[in-house]
Amino acid sequence: MSDLDGFRAETRAWLEVNCPPEVRGPMDSEADSIWGGRDAVFKTPGHRLWLERMGARGWTAPEWPRAYGGGGLSREEAKVLASELRRIKAQPALLSFGVWMLGPALLAFGTEEQKVRFLPEIVRGEIRWCQGYSEPGAGSDLAGLQTRAVDQGDHWIVNGQKIWTSYADKADWIFCLVRTDTDAPKHLGISFVLFDMTTPGVTTRPITLISGKSPFCETFFDDVRVEKENLVGTLNRGWDVAKYLLAHERTMIGAMGEIGAGRPLGEVAKDSLGLDDLGRLDDPMLRARIAEMEADAIAFRAALERTGDQVKAGQAHPAVASMLKYYGSELNKRRHELLMAAGGAEALEWEGERSHDGQAARDWLRTKANSIEGGTSEVQLNILAKHILKLPGA
Amino acid sequence: MPLILTEEQTMLAETAQGFLAEQAPLSSLRTLRDTRDPDGLSRDLWRGFGEMGLAGVIIPEAYGGSGLGAVEAGVVAEAVGRSLAPSPFLSTGLLAARALIDGGDAAQKQDWLPRFAAGEAIAALALDEGAKHRPDKIQTRAERSGNGWKLKGSKALVVNGHIADVLIVAALTDDGLGLFLVDPKASGVSCERTIMVDAQNAARLDLKEVSVDADALLGPADGSGLDRVLNLGRAALAAEMSGAAQAAFETTLAYLRDRKQFGKAIGEFQALQHRAAHLYSEIEITRAVILKALQAIDAGAADAALLASVAKARAGKSGELAVQEAVQMHGGVGMTDEFDVGLYMKRMRVASELFGDAGFHAERVAKAGGY
Repeated sequence: MSDLDGFRAETRAWLEVNCPPEVRGPMDSEADSIWGGRDAVFKTPGHRLWLERMGARGWTAPEWPRAYGGGGLSREEAKVLASELRRIKAQPALLSFGVWMLGPALLAFGTEEQKVRFLPEIVRGEIRWCQGYSEPGAGSDLAGLQTRAVDQGDHWIVNGQKIWTSYADKADWIFCLVRTDTDAPKHLGISFVLFDMTTPGVTTRPITLISGKSPFCETFFDDVRVEKENLVGTLNRGWDVAKYLLAHERTMIGAMGEIGAGRPLGEVAKDSLGLDDLGRLDDPMLRARIAEMEADAIAFRAALERTGDQVKAGQAHPAVASMLKYYGSELNKRRHELLMAAGGAEALEWEGERSHDGQAARDWLRTKANSIEGGTSEVQLNILAKHILKLPGA
Repeated sequence: MPLILTEEQTMLAETAQGFLAEQAPLSSLRTLRDTRDPDGLSRDLWRGFGEMGLAGVIIPEAYGGSGLGAVEAGVVAEAVGRSLAPSPFLSTGLLAARALIDGGDAAQKQDWLPRFAAGEAIAALALDEGAKHRPDKIQTRAERSGNGWKLKGSKALVVNGHIADVLIVAALTDDGLGLFLVDPKASGVSCERTIMVDAQNAARLDLKEVSVDADALLGPADGSGLDRVLNLGRAALAAEMSGAAQAAFETTLAYLRDRKQFGKAIGEFQALQHRAAHLYSEIEITRAVILKALQAIDAGAADAALLASVAKARAGKSGELAVQEAVQMHGGVGMTDEFDVGLYMKRMRVASELFGDAGFHAERVAKAGGY
């Protein structure tokens, strides 16, 4: 038996004992999501237990070093863990911008003190982060951001406004881009800082979206004090950190559809439409569209895996995250269009227990942001044209 | 296993690409076409495949091959696709070799595999019968007759059938579908060469009461032999199509950088940049699932057939997009015979049909999903 087979057997045995029944099977609704943080909300005690057990083992961040609370797994071991989790249909133990975005940036750019202070809390799901990037005047042109941080010796005073800050109203801390040099060219006057959302002067206002939900906020900073020890990377070179983190964010958004995909589309359609005498979905045109989508999804999952392996082997072009972001978000929009078509009248409900308060319709509308947040599809195509295809003037 | 090529596989890719770039430039395809070459391919090139160890990539070392797997087969096929070189690599080195390795007896293997590996013999798979790939609707029958079998039926799209030294014929027995080793010179076999749109060759075969010995049946007549041949064939052909798509795309990118209109390179126009970036994404995502399918075949994974179908479906869709964009972005010159992009378009059309088009394979995805 190879080491990997041994690891699989151990993992399977551990999960059998430690994965509570409440977190097995497709997620019914957003309430199943485990985001952690100081004000963590768990649907059931089983959900809490699942986070605690996985966090203690470092398996919420399987490939991070053990020294910072991570699982210390090799890429191959992490794949085994992921496949064992899929096998028992385990729901994610932690959804976390800390794990997906900030953590990798801290590992690459953070000081030892910052790593020791923040990473273990992230792994255990004890701290929930939000991302202060976009501003009302800086969307696709992110580097045009205007939030100012004025040097006060041992700290900065930050003033400005962020927008589309995901879950700012539920976050404990923020990782934030601020302008620390107003004279330099726009990319060279930005710094990457961290601060507590309970610092005086921070206010948030949720924005109601077309889904009727408010995952995004406006976030205001009025004379917010930020300690200098919470600068990540070099002063005025925060754009380097921002870009590095964006690559992780983009991969994450691209992969979100695959991570979050509940029941297979074909199953949903089967329940709703039924099968004909030949055992095919009783809607040949829709069946064909679903099959094409599923084929693309299988191919896309292979692309996610291949990119991860290329990164590990040092063979990945940094801009390839833009491909995953572009393709994955467009794919997820297609998936939800098809889910709506498959659901038909059933999927039109907006309220009521049967539809989990219009889960299908609200999820469908939410996916429309996938190709906007983290950089629009058009911005991703620009990046690919410039950095990978090296087309002139891109 | 990481979803990237190993160092050895990367070296094999470089060897195969280098060999084909030197020995089979696009001009050689044009020469074969324009001189109406009786073989339709270069036997010297096939012997070169043998000398380089490419012809027998999956053939066991005991029979003179390299004893490698599906991933290596795909690596060579991708290089073939880039070069558009007509060769018996797929029909002989992969399909017939797979059928014989799995189902041949010792004498049959000894007869053929060393000659395949050396690039000295050519084999053809006689499978399809109608306009479309429908392996579950095969009409060709194999009836027991004395100690052997009698085959009757007709076949179409038999790649390299007109010059084959040996045929592998799919025929229905009372038990199920079997693969039969048939001598093309046997009484009752007639063959009509057809030159296809891509200047490669496929034959129409007629089998009239063709007698073969009992041992002509390779393996059990339960369809499993053909399934294994097709899994490899589909995934490797997808790799070949991916190679052709990449080459067409690279040619197009170079044109976008060079061609000037309105006083600037046409690649500066965002209308074309976005289409090129979209096409890049389609090609790369297809490459990922092709490698996944090839690895799954080597691992004997349960989802190998599904992944091979996804690979072939995606290779068809992204490949067709690549060649259509290539012609459109080249503008008028893309329509000329002199420019190469049309050659990729023609090859892609043929390869799309072979072993099932995107629709055929999407159908298999739906069936696998139980809907």
